[in-house]
Amino acid sequence: MDPNETKERMKIPRQSMPEQHPHERIKNFFEVPYGYTAEQAMEEAKRCIQCKKPLCVGGCPVNIDIPWFIRLIAEGKFLEAAHKIKETNGLPAVCGRVCPQEDQCEKVCIIGKKGESVSIGRLERFAADYEREHGEVTVPEIPKWTGKKVAVVGAGPAGLTVAGDLVKKGHKVTVFEALHTAGGVLMYGIPEFRLPKRIVQSEVEYLKRMGVEIVLNAVVGKLETIDELLANGYGAVFVGSGAGLPNFMNIPGENFSGVYSANEYLTRVNLMKAYQFPEFDTPIIRGKKVVVIGGGNTAMDSARTALRLCPEEVTIVYRRSREELPARAEEVHHGEEEGLKFQLLTNPKRFIGDQDGRLKAVEVVKMELGEPDESGRRRPVEVKGSEYLIDADVAIVAIGNGANPLIPQTTPDIKVNKWGNITVNPDTGRTSKQGVFSGGDIVRGGATVILAMGDGRRAADSIHEYLTTGVW
Amino acid sequence: MFEITEKKELAHTVYQFKIKAPLIAKKRKAGQFVVLRMNEHGERIPLTIVDSDEKEGTITIIMQEVGKSTAILGDMVTGDSILDVVGPLGKPTHIENFGIAVCVGGGIGTAPVLPIAKALKAAGNKVISIIGARTKSLLILEDEMKQASDELYITTDDGSYGHHGFVTQVLQNFIDEGMKIGVVVGIGPVPMMRAVSNTTKPYNIHTMVSLNPIMVDGTGMCGACRVTVGGKNQFVCVDGPEFNGHEVNFEELVLRNRSYMKEEKLAMEEFTYHEGAKCYE
Ligand SMILES: Cc1cc2nc3c(=O)[nH]c(=O)nc-3n(C[C@H](O)[C@H](O)[C@H](O)COP(=O)(O)OP(=O)(O)OC[C@H]3O[C@@H](n4cnc5c(N)ncnc54)[C@H](O)[C@@H]3O)c2cc1C
Ligand SMILES: Cc1cc2nc3c(=O)[nH]c(=O)nc-3n(C[C@H](O)[C@H](O)[C@H](O)COP(=O)(O)OP(=O)(O)OC[C@H]3O[C@@H](n4cnc5c(N)ncnc54)[C@H](O)[C@@H]3O)c2cc1C
Ligand code: SF4
Ligand code: SF4
Ligand code: FES
Repeated sequence: MDPNETKERMKIPRQSMPEQHPHERIKNFFEVPYGYTAEQAMEEAKRCIQCKKPLCVGGCPVNIDIPWFIRLIAEGKFLEAAHKIKETNGLPAVCGRVCPQEDQCEKVCIIGKKGESVSIGRLERFAADYEREHGEVTVPEIPKWTGKKVAVVGAGPAGLTVAGDLVKKGHKVTVFEALHTAGGVLMYGIPEFRLPKRIVQSEVEYLKRMGVEIVLNAVVGKLETIDELLANGYGAVFVGSGAGLPNFMNIPGENFSGVYSANEYLTRVNLMKAYQFPEFDTPIIRGKKVVVIGGGNTAMDSARTALRLCPEEVTIVYRRSREELPARAEEVHHGEEEGLKFQLLTNPKRFIGDQDGRLKAVEVVKMELGEPDESGRRRPVEVKGSEYLIDADVAIVAIGNGANPLIPQTTPDIKVNKWGNITVNPDTGRTSKQGVFSGGDIVRGGATVILAMGDGRRAADSIHEYLTTGVW
Repeated sequence: MFEITEKKELAHTVYQFKIKAPLIAKKRKAGQFVVLRMNEHGERIPLTIVDSDEKEGTITIIMQEVGKSTAILGDMVTGDSILDVVGPLGKPTHIENFGIAVCVGGGIGTAPVLPIAKALKAAGNKVISIIGARTKSLLILEDEMKQASDELYITTDDGSYGHHGFVTQVLQNFIDEGMKIGVVVGIGPVPMMRAVSNTTKPYNIHTMVSLNPIMVDGTGMCGACRVTVGGKNQFVCVDGPEFNGHEVNFEELVLRNRSYMKEEKLAMEEFTYHEGAKCYE
């Protein structure tokens, strides 16, 4: 690209994405940003200066050929752009929405050094949405069956990626999913207004059209164990069972009615559609005063979900300060626009209930930041005597998840670490048990969609190699 | 989809279903349960697997209509299909030869007691069962329990059949007579399980109860089913459903099960309204 053109391109301002007004959107569960129009996408795509050595690609865990797909968008070749992305990323409509881009591809984009980086995620979303909405999702040619079968445990992003990659290599793949819907956290955790469920389901449909078999309501370990799968004709098993075991604080009153884990709260609303109760049968306590404990994305998702269930007030209680909030800045910003309140440097001590066992208030204590701990973050310590009460009829505990113990319990020869996460060779996803591979949150603890997919991709390569060579 | 191959009315609003689910039928053990979702708008509810037939590939469940979801299931007939059935969930009952095993079933709780009584019998125990109901017409599984047990005692709250009184009175009599009880299994409404546990506690008789908290996923993911047992938080769907009755915080379980009383009532009203006139006692 000649230097003048580069200069011109760098003058184009970052295209903002139109979104629902906060007053409107807290009354519904529709997606907050609308996405780029074709014109906006082409304009934004022009901001990419098509680096010879694109740093952005290294920032993407699955190394999408970012400049290439962006060039195709700039040229108006939207479908080709989508196909380009799909060569390396099976779930672009999802990643374009939920990837923490500011910490990945966009963090290292060269344009970001002087101004605002190219909106890689939004462009990815645009291309994927365009392809889906124009009904031109084409299924790649599937090679002849290799004679090998692979079982995948869990239909989250890790498992779905493994399945997609392996059918494309000619293996038969069966995905076993414990819940009644495929998608993992994409379906039960991340709210509709951030990731519409029909998008996740259309990605699942795509996999089915490629020949992936998905068996719902199948809890591996209970229905069939991994050993039985291996004995019943599956040449390899991939475990992508996720990190679904909610942590509690073990403080008094945690079992009062109205105290939820974030997983339960979000599952009721997202998967079971409790926000449409009584049209849907699963109820949820619609709190007037809601307290959310924690500062990560899960806390933000819970709080913004609560905001949409007609409360008077929703407050985040987080024990460190604003700088340490682990949630994405964009989510915090969206939450604040929607009226979310923050009580920072504050920690719950106990829950207080009425005689019917219903939550009434949360006793909290002020914190201050002390000496840095092992992680280098300053450790919050209690300010003696600073306890006070926050009225609350719903409290959501969003302090992270542990590893789902079902698989290790029923397959003891799969090694786990002291937190219960499955240990694997990070390059191959191979576990301590021959023929069994793993990746995603069950290995990493809570991580991200794209990292789970990256694990899936590496494991699929390694499974293919194992099935072809037989060498463990 | 899981087809209903047989439906039987056992008592007023109490039905027994056979459901086609070959893999579950093959795997399930006494004490385990399934989670069902009747239709697209339905909630997920847990029901005990009472029996299974590996050859037919069916499981048997017995349920009582208490709210909307069970009413929907109660309206289903042979040939209908249930959208989702997941299982077998929970830990199987710990079965060994305890010598004398007393199995106590209250109301619909007799259904989950039946497979445990059978398993205990098969393990060589002398099985003495006590089953109770409010009134004779609500008593279920009398013949089946008779077959599964060495001795069967029946109680009704109103004296319309068997002993006039509560199951715990019969249990107390056994203890007073000096019966050497190895284990007591008590399943029924929470107040009944608490009463059974209170009866055996002074004598330190090993007592198992099967808890029935509200559940969502049934796989340990949500924590809705948590109860305090021995001062510790336990997830009933993966750590249970059976626990040492002497350690369970029943008061907490009762209150937690009332979390959605208002919503459940609303759901039921809407349902009966749309369904037209349907008679409930
Ligand atoms: C509320 C919330 C918000 C998040 N927001 C973001 C975000 O914005 N961006 C981002 O990148 N990441 C986000 N994450 C993290 C991200 O969702 C996870 O890292 C990712 O989903 C992990 O994928 P996975 O495939 O390993 O597991 P999961 O998505 O957890 O899927 C595991 C699946 O396995 C099933 N399963 C478990 N055990 C069994 C069994 N024994 N048999 C059969 N099936 C089983 C489960 O039912 C589940 O469907 C968020 C997480 C949460 C909870
Ligand atoms: C492990 C286990 C095994 C069970 N086995 C049986 C059985 O064999 N036969 C049987 O008739 N019942 C059984 N139950 C109870 C049964 O699940 C509930 O009666 C049913 O869920 C009520 O749903 P509903 O919509 O009809 O009633 P609702 O109107 O929702 O509620 C009525 C009552 O049921 C309780 N309840 C509501 N939702 C749930 C839920 N998701 N899980 C548990 N309880 C709930 C409430 O506390 C309330 O008291 C079992 C429960 C558990 C946890
Ligand atoms: S997948 Fe995520 S990290 Fe990779 S390019 Fe897309 S938004 Fe960036
Ligand atoms: S680093 Fe930025 S400007 Fe360079 S190719 Fe990647 S997106 Fe384009
Ligand atoms: S029902 Fe969700 S953890 Fe037990």
